Amino acid sequence: MDSKRKEVLVLEDILGSNKKIASSIRQKLLEHQILAVNLLSSPGSGKTSLLEKIGQKLQGKYRVGVVEGDVETERDAERIRKIGLPAWQITTHGACHLEAKMLARIFDQIPADLDFLFIENVGNLVCPASFDLGESLRFVLLSVPEGDDKPKKYPEAFITSQVFVLTKCDLLPYLPFDRERVVKEALEINPKLKVFETSAVTGEGIEELCAFLESELEKRRVKNA
Amino acid sequence: MHEMSIVADLFTIIEEQARKSGATRVTKVKVLIGELSGVVPELFRSAFHSYKKGTIADKATLEIKVTKIKFKCHGCGKEITAKNIMDESFSYACPFCGSKDMELISGRDLYLEKLEIETS
Ligand SMILES: Nc1nc2c(ncn2[C@@H]2O[C@H](COP(=O)(O)OP(=O)(O)OP(=O)(O)O)[C@@H](O)[C@H]2O)c(=O)[nH]1
Ligand SMILES: [Mg+2]
Ligand SMILES: [Zn+2]
Repeated sequence: MDSKRKEVLVLEDILGSNKKIASSIRQKLLEHQILAVNLLSSPGSGKTSLLEKIGQKLQGKYRVGVVEGDVETERDAERIRKIGLPAWQITTHGACHLEAKMLARIFDQIPADLDFLFIENVGNLVCPASFDLGESLRFVLLSVPEGDDKPKKYPEAFITSQVFVLTKCDLLPYLPFDRERVVKEALEINPKLKVFETSAVTGEGIEELCAFLESELEKRRVKNA
Repeated sequence: MHEMSIVADLFTIIEEQARKSGATRVTKVKVLIGELSGVVPELFRSAFHSYKKGTIADKATLEIKVTKIKFKCHGCGKEITAKNIMDESFSYACPFCGSKDMELISGRDLYLEKLEIETS
């Protein structure tokens, strides 16, 4: 058998299929004027706790929904339902991140008249950063107990986000954590980041964060009106 | 470890390309991995070699080229290659004009560049 060997130039984006699904989700969100936020952080940085606070605050005035991404269990979705918000759980069964196709599978269940859709990614500061979900904004959360040296250790998450939320700020008095250093370092790798400092215990910073979200929603609606 | 799901997407492309070009076997796969893509080359390599079993690229070798981080400065228009963004000394400002208005133009990419195939 005389087989021939040859080279084929391909130049194709390996994440192309994820990006394609993400842009069709982005398109639908835009049509329905829903502001979608993808939240990234390590396990236990306070994503669900922050969403409980934000959800309660926005709830009266806006329609809010939450997608919960976890490796296993419905626990986070149940926490969100407890405060009266609709929540959809995606369990990835081992995968350490959400992909656009996972969101696409449940997208039909999400009501078109939502104002805000929060997507809590799987707790992991590395992997989720590579996958666009079609979100309007990406938030990276870092909690005070994790340490002030993280932005440069996890640059993808900080570079691909528009908002940096420093969580559990009520713990600042008890830990050797240099707030200025962490903000400086985050801005060095991404000077466009907007920074918020919050606590789900004292409620610090929640109002500011909600005001920002409202202004982003209005800004987009005016632009698309 | 998201390298496995990325490798699964890679194989979808490899199989489609192989079919299109009438390959009986894929002998070499060359990918470009951006320094800031979030993909660890070594993890990618082991995911590749465990995934390839039983596919058309069963015996394929993998070549990885790591692409550098590059910025374009909107202040002066120059292109800047960041040595290493994780460096303590890295600060996000153009070394030529000091502007902070820089855009990341390469370093996040993940590409299948080329295949070496056998046809009958
Ligand atoms: N002191 C303090 N503790 C907090 C705060 N926010 C969350 N916690 C605690 O941190 C732990 C984790 O919070 P979660 O909100 O479940 O974190 P998560 O990021 O959703 O966790 P995963 O979904 O498992 O990744 C819980 O015990 C919370 O009570 C805060 O602002 N201050
Ligand atoms: Mg949670
Ligand atoms: Zn410049």
